[in-house]
Amino acid sequence: MVTKVVEKFRTMKTPLLSILKELQKDQGYLTEEVLKEVAKELGLSPARVYGVATFYSLFSVTPKGKYIIRVCESAPCYINGTMNILEMLQDELKVDVGETTLDGLFTLELTSCLGVCGVAPAIMVNEEVYGNLDREKLSHLLSRCRGM
Amino acid sequence: MENNNKVTLKINGIQVTVPAGSTILEAAKIAGINIPTLCHHPDLETSGVCRVCVVEVNKGRPLQAACVYKVAEDMEVETATPVVREARRLNLELILSRHPQDCLSCVRNQKCELQDLAESFHIEEISFPIKGKAYEKDDSNPSVVRDQEKCILCRRCIEACIQLQGVEALGVANRGADSTVGPFFNKPLQDVVCTFCGQCIHACPVGAIYEKDDTARFWEAVAAPNKHVVVQTAPAIRVGLAEEMGMGVGSLATGKMVTALRRLGVDRVFDTDFTADLTIIEEGSELVERVTGGGTLPMITSCSPGWIKFCEHYYPDLLDHLSTCKSPQQMFGALAKTYYAEKSGINPKDIFVVSIMPCTAKKFEATRPEMHDSGHQDVDVVLTTRELGRMLREVGVQFAELPEEEFDKPLGISTGAGAIFGATGGVMEAALRTAYVLVTGQELEEINLYDCRGLTGVKEAVVPVGDLEVKIAIAHGLANARKLMDMVRKGEADYHFIEIMACPGGCIGGGGQPVPTTMASRDKRIAAIYREDERMVLRKSHENEAVKALYDEFLGKPLGEKSHHLLHTKYIPREL
Amino acid sequence: MEFYRNHILVCTGEPCVLKGALEVESILLTELQKQGLENEIRVIRTGCLGPCNVAPVLVVYPEGIYYSGVKPGDVQEIVAEHLVKGRPVTRLVGTDVEKRVDVVYQVPQILTGQERVVLRNCGIINPDEIVEYIGRGGYEALGKALIHLKPEEVIEEVKSSGLRGRGGAAFPTGLKWSFTASGEEKYLICNADEGEPGTFKDRLILEGDPHAVLEGMAIAGYAVGAEHGFIYIRGEYTLSIERVQRAIDQARKLGLLGKNIFDSGFSFDVEIRVGAGAYICGEELALIESIEGKRGEPRYKPPYPGQTGLWGKPTVVNNVETLANVPHIIEQGAEWYKSIGTPGSPGTKVFTLTGNIKNEGLIEVPMGITLREIIYQLGGGIPDGHSFKMAQTGGTAGGCLPPEMLDVPMDYDELAKVGSALGSGALLIMDDRHCIVDLLKCFMRFFNHESCGKCTPCREGTPRLLELIEKIMDGTAVKADLDLMAKLAENMEISSLCGLGQSSPKPVLTLLEYYQHEFLAHIEDKKCPAGVCKKLQVKGVV
Repeated sequence: MVTKVVEKFRTMKTPLLSILKELQKDQGYLTEEVLKEVAKELGLSPARVYGVATFYSLFSVTPKGKYIIRVCESAPCYINGTMNILEMLQDELKVDVGETTLDGLFTLELTSCLGVCGVAPAIMVNEEVYGNLDREKLSHLLSRCRGM
Repeated sequence: MENNNKVTLKINGIQVTVPAGSTILEAAKIAGINIPTLCHHPDLETSGVCRVCVVEVNKGRPLQAACVYKVAEDMEVETATPVVREARRLNLELILSRHPQDCLSCVRNQKCELQDLAESFHIEEISFPIKGKAYEKDDSNPSVVRDQEKCILCRRCIEACIQLQGVEALGVANRGADSTVGPFFNKPLQDVVCTFCGQCIHACPVGAIYEKDDTARFWEAVAAPNKHVVVQTAPAIRVGLAEEMGMGVGSLATGKMVTALRRLGVDRVFDTDFTADLTIIEEGSELVERVTGGGTLPMITSCSPGWIKFCEHYYPDLLDHLSTCKSPQQMFGALAKTYYAEKSGINPKDIFVVSIMPCTAKKFEATRPEMHDSGHQDVDVVLTTRELGRMLREVGVQFAELPEEEFDKPLGISTGAGAIFGATGGVMEAALRTAYVLVTGQELEEINLYDCRGLTGVKEAVVPVGDLEVKIAIAHGLANARKLMDMVRKGEADYHFIEIMACPGGCIGGGGQPVPTTMASRDKRIAAIYREDERMVLRKSHENEAVKALYDEFLGKPLGEKSHHLLHTKYIPREL
Repeated sequence: MEFYRNHILVCTGEPCVLKGALEVESILLTELQKQGLENEIRVIRTGCLGPCNVAPVLVVYPEGIYYSGVKPGDVQEIVAEHLVKGRPVTRLVGTDVEKRVDVVYQVPQILTGQERVVLRNCGIINPDEIVEYIGRGGYEALGKALIHLKPEEVIEEVKSSGLRGRGGAAFPTGLKWSFTASGEEKYLICNADEGEPGTFKDRLILEGDPHAVLEGMAIAGYAVGAEHGFIYIRGEYTLSIERVQRAIDQARKLGLLGKNIFDSGFSFDVEIRVGAGAYICGEELALIESIEGKRGEPRYKPPYPGQTGLWGKPTVVNNVETLANVPHIIEQGAEWYKSIGTPGSPGTKVFTLTGNIKNEGLIEVPMGITLREIIYQLGGGIPDGHSFKMAQTGGTAGGCLPPEMLDVPMDYDELAKVGSALGSGALLIMDDRHCIVDLLKCFMRFFNHESCGKCTPCREGTPRLLELIEKIMDGTAVKADLDLMAKLAENMEISSLCGLGQSSPKPVLTLLEYYQHEFLAHIEDKKCPAGVCKKLQVKGVV
């Protein structure tokens, strides 16, 4: 797996970020074994690879929920009611920011500006962005994720 | 005027001419001004992160870090304006407010750069609530303790691990206020590529990394009536201990060291120099055998346990190149509990072997499972120079005033060749002094082999020994070792013999030596080691009568069966 | 090109898509087919058209009629009435939209020549079709530069145009290029790591007119002698990444990127590098570290990237908007460019209006326009009968300005004078319902999350500022805490290692200066005048 991905970026100079991004798709996070192998393949120290993996917020070294809900906490969204959205999500999911629900379905996180300030307040669920949220839309979204 | 690559500038109105490319920090020193620093280290390339050394350049904003900012012609630097002083103070307060305030119980009390700064800045009150983070201490390995709670994120340990040792067991993880310095996944050092060399200890300005303290086990053994405590002192201790006891860098105090150990109540004071001489006989014979018998070449020394662990992690394919000789410390342990036990009629289980070492990796080496050839753990406890210093201070030994005494016999008898093991190139020089005789049957005329000496990272020479042109190489510091080992791996190293020491400067710069250890202090300690060599009557290992007697009475011959059992070892490939 | 009687642009900017633009598009296609118009009328997806508050938006050309808030049920009517019978459906052409059209496309100064500099193609062409870009004069500037101008002349033209970096630092672009050290290998990097909260102009340029950026890059590469270009795009901008990659592929196919462009002997190619979520990577040296596969921590400077940049080679880093200006300057000349904007800050600036403002979205206006004009004329004022309280210019690391400063001209130098910055062009407008202290907490939480942690003042100072702000909101702060906040902020400004730590205290310092009364109300009266801080009383209520 790692070898294959590394091979894919063989012609790229200093490809660590691209490789980690690709590898994270597999399990939703970067495991110890994966990072160690990447380090070996690229001739980098494991400590350095770990340092990179923990620096960028789109990488994770701990398991995450199936759906990562990132609530935009930047000022334009904040002014338009981010905190309400966040409270609703905390109520609904019974988790705090940074935590994953017991069923492993959702991880709640904050994010900085998603660049869709026109529909503030906005959240991102995995790769998808949702805006102009209120309680109704939010619970609709969550039930859809839950497959109900 | 800019000429001859010089730059003239003004620092606090003082005109000063300095070499082009100097930092403001260096230039200020020439102008007689010491700018406070914390993340800067004279031997390391650092990146100006602590912001304690900020100065005003050409009255501009932002302030610049003097430790990295380069001088320019006609530059005007101010190092003590109210703005500069206020910024430094606030940055220092910010660091202090995240640092435990338990100086009294810290291993670096009074030897701490942060404490020194707090004193010189006259910090009476910190503007922010003190906030710890409750990190757990890592004391899982025999050598080094990492107390992350005390870490001030200056990153010097990381740079030492990279720049000096080429290991990078440590790195920065996470981001912002959550940043940490630590190994891969913040695992215990035990479980990562750390060689336990302890160079990070010398890099650390505070007490976040230090040697594992084993003094309690020493006191316990000394106090136990049935324990016969024998001590061995490594070559580098005689130049490190005096410094640790406040006698100045590069002081040589062999006799006082022996006296001091006796005053602590040990039964015998022996010398690792004795087994260093023995190592030369065994290793020299091994080299001759490999050269004449078509063995794996180049052969590489195996005295330095940090180097051995490094090789096991990074070059498991090249372990055949390592001499099978144990290090002098382990040869001593094995012999103390066999040869010496037999000779003195003491039950080996009652013998307690203490090593005084300049080295943290030696603590690890003593616990390696292979090191039980006497039927017991060959070396019971390893103490560093600093631990010995602490014990002496605790019981009030006035080191500088002590008379000079002699080592006990027979394991305390040695030559100058054993002594120079403590400096980079010393093992090579000692080996050549003896190999020459082994091969040619004649003594070397000039026994000072200057090509082997000095702080150049990788040294090479060709030494005529009879008909053979012996090609040698020497590396100290694992980053330099890596250069040689990569050549060996590629088959580009046509040397016969390579000496590698894990620590820059060799053992005198070991992780257990006095704080601070810098290139400047390593240099002075090396000079002291060669003074010791010249002081000795005998300077070649094969002239050591006690070693000869050891072969006659006990071992038989070099590389003989008993030697193989007690004095040689094997290595274990380790993963990255 | 085939002839179509009408072009219908469907905005597929994020907000429009969220509000159903794709569904509208598919119904539109079906309806056109039903009417047999599929060969007469072409439907084109475009990048964001700007008026996000009335999404989804369609534009019918050549009439230039904007339909806003189009629902799936409206489509049939539009097709039947407008496209078959030629009668625009007036009920869907809202007044708001008309105003928005003005805002985006008919800025008075550049009205006559239709010279909408950076956004000139956005929303007009299909960004996925290079021929449409070329059809509007695209890549002519590159041809002109490569064939008629020496690299020094290109630099000279950009220098005399007065173009300054649009990423926030406002460094003169031509000067930056001229500082690039000589060397065999050099790199050009387009900084598309747009992370400044409330800013999405680069995304819209990349999605709406990617070739303008590629052309600007190629010209810049020619000027400084770089054959390799990188475009570092924020990891969150998936659509931008796709569009730019497609644009690169198309440009390569036509020989506009690659070896020996226009037979001039000059070769230039572009590679995308994708970020992984770190605001600090907008800082040029942090960005370079990131491309090098490291933690995106800023390096100490000097040396500047022009001397020692990517992989140790001389490197120029320019923002998306900056580069998108370059083809126009080369084509129309420095003199033309200088005729727009102010003497110290020539040209236009793309602003993103967010917060409590009627017309949220994107505008491109000449430099020097006042804040009042932007808010009340272009932005339509404050909605719901509330009054203006504060505007933050330049993003979260920008200064916060009170009503008394509404007449400050928006250019680099004037804003610097009042402790703020033009920055990335983000404009956050806040009305009187909000609390200054609460908002400051939002800003500082952001910086606390995004500080890289390398240097002391920013790493340790930011959480301390946050602590102090929380104290104020809890009612436990004392007046001296305000002095400590100011001290901390000033210290960050003067002693941090990089631009982030040096600018993130700006909102703290400007809010403390312009809204001191509100802080004092929290501390001394234990009241939150806006009634936001829950642990405090609302002013007037005992």
